[in-house]
Amino acid sequence: MSAALIIHRAGPQVTVQDLGRSGTLGLGLSRGGAMDRLAIYEGAALMGQDPSCAVLEMAGMGVVVVATCDTRIALTGAEMTVTLDGAPLRWNASHTLPKGARLDIGGVRAGNYGYFHIAGGIQTQPMMGSRSAHLAGGVGACVSAGDHLPILADKGEEAGLGLSPSERCSGGTLRVVAGPQTAVFQAEMLERFEQTAFARDPRSNRMGVKLTYDGDRFGAADGRSIVSEVVVPGDIQITGDGTPYILTAESQTTGGYPRIGTVIPSDMPKAVQTPAGANLRFQFIDLEAALEVEARDAAARQSLKSQLKRLVRDPHDIRDLLSYQLISGVVSGSEEEPK
Amino acid sequence: MIQSMHFPDIQTLGTDGLLVRFGDSLSEPANRAALAFGAALERDLPEGVEEIATSLVSVFVRFDVRHLRHADLRSDLAKRLKAQDWFAAEMPTGRRLITIPTVYGGTYGPQLAKAAEMAGLSEDAAIKDLSEADLRITAVGFAPGQPYLGFLPDHWDIPRNAELAPVPTGAVVAAVRQIVLFSVDSPTGWNHVGQTAFRAFQPDHPDPFRLRPGDEIRFTSVTPEEYEALKSAPDGGATWGKVE
Repeated sequence: MSAALIIHRAGPQVTVQDLGRSGTLGLGLSRGGAMDRLAIYEGAALMGQDPSCAVLEMAGMGVVVVATCDTRIALTGAEMTVTLDGAPLRWNASHTLPKGARLDIGGVRAGNYGYFHIAGGIQTQPMMGSRSAHLAGGVGACVSAGDHLPILADKGEEAGLGLSPSERCSGGTLRVVAGPQTAVFQAEMLERFEQTAFARDPRSNRMGVKLTYDGDRFGAADGRSIVSEVVVPGDIQITGDGTPYILTAESQTTGGYPRIGTVIPSDMPKAVQTPAGANLRFQFIDLEAALEVEARDAAARQSLKSQLKRLVRDPHDIRDLLSYQLISGVVSGSEEEPK
Repeated sequence: MIQSMHFPDIQTLGTDGLLVRFGDSLSEPANRAALAFGAALERDLPEGVEEIATSLVSVFVRFDVRHLRHADLRSDLAKRLKAQDWFAAEMPTGRRLITIPTVYGGTYGPQLAKAAEMAGLSEDAAIKDLSEADLRITAVGFAPGQPYLGFLPDHWDIPRNAELAPVPTGAVVAAVRQIVLFSVDSPTGWNHVGQTAFRAFQPDHPDPFRLRPGDEIRFTSVTPEEYEALKSAPDGGATWGKVE
């Protein structure tokens, strides 16, 4: 029998994800893939594997799983309650998952999307070059109880490593570059847009982050006559009733609503992980500055592996073999960018 | 020249994309230019470009900013734009003509009567127009595989409805001299005039996106009985030929 990850229970929005698809945008299927792409790179660093490995994305609520072989896992993104055979585990860390042990990932503590990584990646059949479910596009389905997801026998790399993730689950400022329709908004409205505090509407999903705000409506003077064109992740679309949406992984591929600008990719993990109740603000920056931020962000992703720290047992909690504390200890190596 | 002095133009879209626009409203020449320019780019991709996506009157180019500078791609695209009059480009040869059986009106096209009235036609005349029109796919997008088609005769310049109504996959909807063949169940303000059993996106098919920009489509009229019989046929009974 080949190795499998058996799903005993799953939250309502658990899907297999990777970094998504390229080449289908012009055919109506957006990139898809993980909402918090940084969490994919963090997991890859913790596991010592390629960021193209498929993972489970868990929106709000996790899974109860058992593996049919000894393997390793890592947990990244929004922190969720988690136990292994009843003993708590550290988030943002890698762990061994012995054959038959029950891993129970519960509700989210902060943020929106948690990620479960497994040695070698989940081995479901790729569709159009990716294992990502794209529910809005009708590709794949949610993971549910009773599913057996194929996995690989573990080659037995190191587990018990942790990292300190960049903070992105409590709101803050998102940097935005101007786009083709920024100029259809009046200068005073752009200024007010930067001064306004926004909040995540609970009706947000993998297609977009819906935002609420107090004050006068935002809108373009001539917004209704815009001819439909390609939209990209991060675009901030203002619908006819003045509601801003930050378009995300499973957005439609084209849109005719005016877009005030585009959140830069480095700030998208914060855009998708900010929970309802925390504030988001927008700040326009010029393209040159944005490209510098992106270059630094790419370098930071590459150096994640050098920031790993070994987890050690807490002497005050010695009976609990699976509860660890971070100490310094460096693992060298760099994480390759995917092709 | 009916094009504005401002087009084509090149805009940045996001941090790693450029958008080449051939107009700020839909027109046959601007659509023709976008299709031709997008196809030419696909045939001769500038190094560092990762994805091309053509929509109604624009071409989006996504590239790797680590290996290709904005200014360099912009000047490369500008040079290609100057190389010929894209608004007068020939449509590519070897395009496909796909005939899709369509049942019009009644419960299959509940807004046919209203649409026909707005177009100043009887229902029968409307069905004749819709089923005999030479329609070209002007863009595929919004939802996977979903084609936008143009252009119906001028009297079909009818508005979209303010109220959205749900339509099923395979619905044929009309407004503003265009037709959309829905690839998903969706609410829409377009007028639902007919129904096909055609699925424009079939994730498990070796060729999942069944239609491409530039393809020509004819929505030939069939009876409800013929339609019901075609529901289980591959591609809903559609037949594939070549544009003469």
